[in-house]
Amino acid sequence: MAEAALTVENLSLDLGPARLVDGVGFSVAPGEVMALVGESGCGKSVTAQAIMRLLPDVIRQSGGRIRLGADDLTALPERAMQTIRGRRLSMIFQEPQAALDPLSTIGAQIAETLRAPLSRVRGEVRRMLEDVGISDPERRIDQHPFELSGGMCQRVMIASALIARPAVLIADEPTTALDVTIQAQILDLLRRLATERRTAVVLITHDMGVVADIADRLAVMYAGRIAETGPTEGIFAAPRHPYTALLLASIPRLSDAPKSLLAVIEGRVPTPAEFGPGCRFASRCPRADAMCRSVTPVLGEVAPGHAIACHHPLGVGEAV
Amino acid sequence: MIRHLAGRVGQALVACFGVLTIVFFVMRLSGDPTLLLVPEGATAEQIAALRHELGFDRPLLVQYAAYLGDLARLDLGESLVQRAPVAGIVAERIPYTVALAAGALLVALGLGIPAGIAMAVWRGSIIERALAAFVLAGQSLPTFWSGILMILFFGVTLGWLPTSGADGLSSLVMPSVALGALTMSTFARMTRISVLDELSRDYVAAARARGLSRMAAVGRHVLRNAAIPVVTIAALEVGNLLAGAVIVETVFAWPGIGQLAIQSIAARDFLIVQSVVLFVSIVYIAMNLLADLAYAGIDPRIRLER
Repeated sequence: MAEAALTVENLSLDLGPARLVDGVGFSVAPGEVMALVGESGCGKSVTAQAIMRLLPDVIRQSGGRIRLGADDLTALPERAMQTIRGRRLSMIFQEPQAALDPLSTIGAQIAETLRAPLSRVRGEVRRMLEDVGISDPERRIDQHPFELSGGMCQRVMIASALIARPAVLIADEPTTALDVTIQAQILDLLRRLATERRTAVVLITHDMGVVADIADRLAVMYAGRIAETGPTEGIFAAPRHPYTALLLASIPRLSDAPKSLLAVIEGRVPTPAEFGPGCRFASRCPRADAMCRSVTPVLGEVAPGHAIACHHPLGVGEAV
Repeated sequence: MIRHLAGRVGQALVACFGVLTIVFFVMRLSGDPTLLLVPEGATAEQIAALRHELGFDRPLLVQYAAYLGDLARLDLGESLVQRAPVAGIVAERIPYTVALAAGALLVALGLGIPAGIAMAVWRGSIIERALAAFVLAGQSLPTFWSGILMILFFGVTLGWLPTSGADGLSSLVMPSVALGALTMSTFARMTRISVLDELSRDYVAAARARGLSRMAAVGRHVLRNAAIPVVTIAALEVGNLLAGAVIVETVFAWPGIGQLAIQSIAARDFLIVQSVVLFVSIVYIAMNLLADLAYAGIDPRIRLER
């Protein structure tokens, strides 16, 4: 992956003595959508904040590197980061209406990405609004977020994130707060813009359905580590890590018998304070043995581009 | 927007009417005002004659109607001590109190709001702790004590400012600081909380993700959002400033309505007290109305409501 737009290597994030994210690494190529999947608390959102270099004060990056193209972001001073954010690296958020200043017009907020007053870049902003599928952009440009629906606000956020043609877009649960029909439209839009503009997208989600819709590759995170990573099709067809397999099995299907029980993963994600040695999924894993509880599994390739961190991986086509 | 405005003005008028009604009846509840006015040792006939002269022997509702009628003509009655129209006596004092309240508000806004912003933006730093001490001082030193200390230090020891009275702008400085200190602390605390609240919102993170520095995000987005609760407090604080003026005007011998109220209470000049209370209440209501109009200026959600 010499031409990766974004490379995260061995990233570790600490909250006091607790290690929230432990040695996470992945890379995304231009035009590719890479999904970072996991339950809440698995460290996917702090990973996004670390890439943006907008971590809360209490969380510290204790190791690893983040490279945007050829530049090492971890070494950059804040002032240099400010010139990168919005222009080369941008982000959209879970709650589009909360992510827009209620008192500013949407046009003014999109123009901020271009570091110019709206009056000077009005045409460009209008074209971008059109490109994200907002009708009557000339009128919308001067409206406030409360005059727009949630789906339209997310389109506005995407416009503000992509107007400066960044190499990388981080989308943190971009459709979680939206209606299902709107979700599909927003995902289609992201997919189209990523392809057209050769933008690398890091999609953070807990929803395997969203992953199946638009991700080229995915990395499944569990309790601050990557459990399995690889091409979406391969993993959906034959998950090799028991956690991934259980996650996929927990998606309800139309073919399930009516009123059948939903498949669940017993137990809960350990908190950082409970992290011990060994595999962090061991307490919930039906295949776990003594080795799993004492030796941390390392990520190893099982097929080209497909890696898992498990002592007892599933065979291809094998159920948990 | 016009409807919103008209509605608020209508509400303010109703509130004013309520206030003057309450003032009228509460003043009557305190007993027959005639007894407060007659000299000691007056005979029953003298009291009855005065009561009749002042109209206090009429039924309460008749008196109330007469009072409303007088108010409608802006006639506040005649001072029973000074034998001059109350309106003139109060009006003469109002500019002094307005000047004092304006000075105090300037001190409070000029110091309190920047202090509050700085405390929020540099949370946990030495700057916040230093400002917190300053704000606590403003909040906890009673005016009658801090006022006298200031007179001693700046008036007597250093001789920089006049010790009391109303003689030009220099004599306004110390009373304004004394009166504004508590309000300054209130503004600082409110502004701090409001800015901290806004700083934690997603739109700040989104603005930073677009490349704005923390300061630019504060300047362009946070302050306007944080202003809404502060405007409410500012309107209410004007009422507190007028109430606080009673003490400050006494300490600094400032000839405003606060001093007039104290003098009139001591002299049992009932109609003047009633008029001062009415004035303060109406200012309070007017400030609230002003705050409502200010929201519409700040927040498009209110402005565009139909």
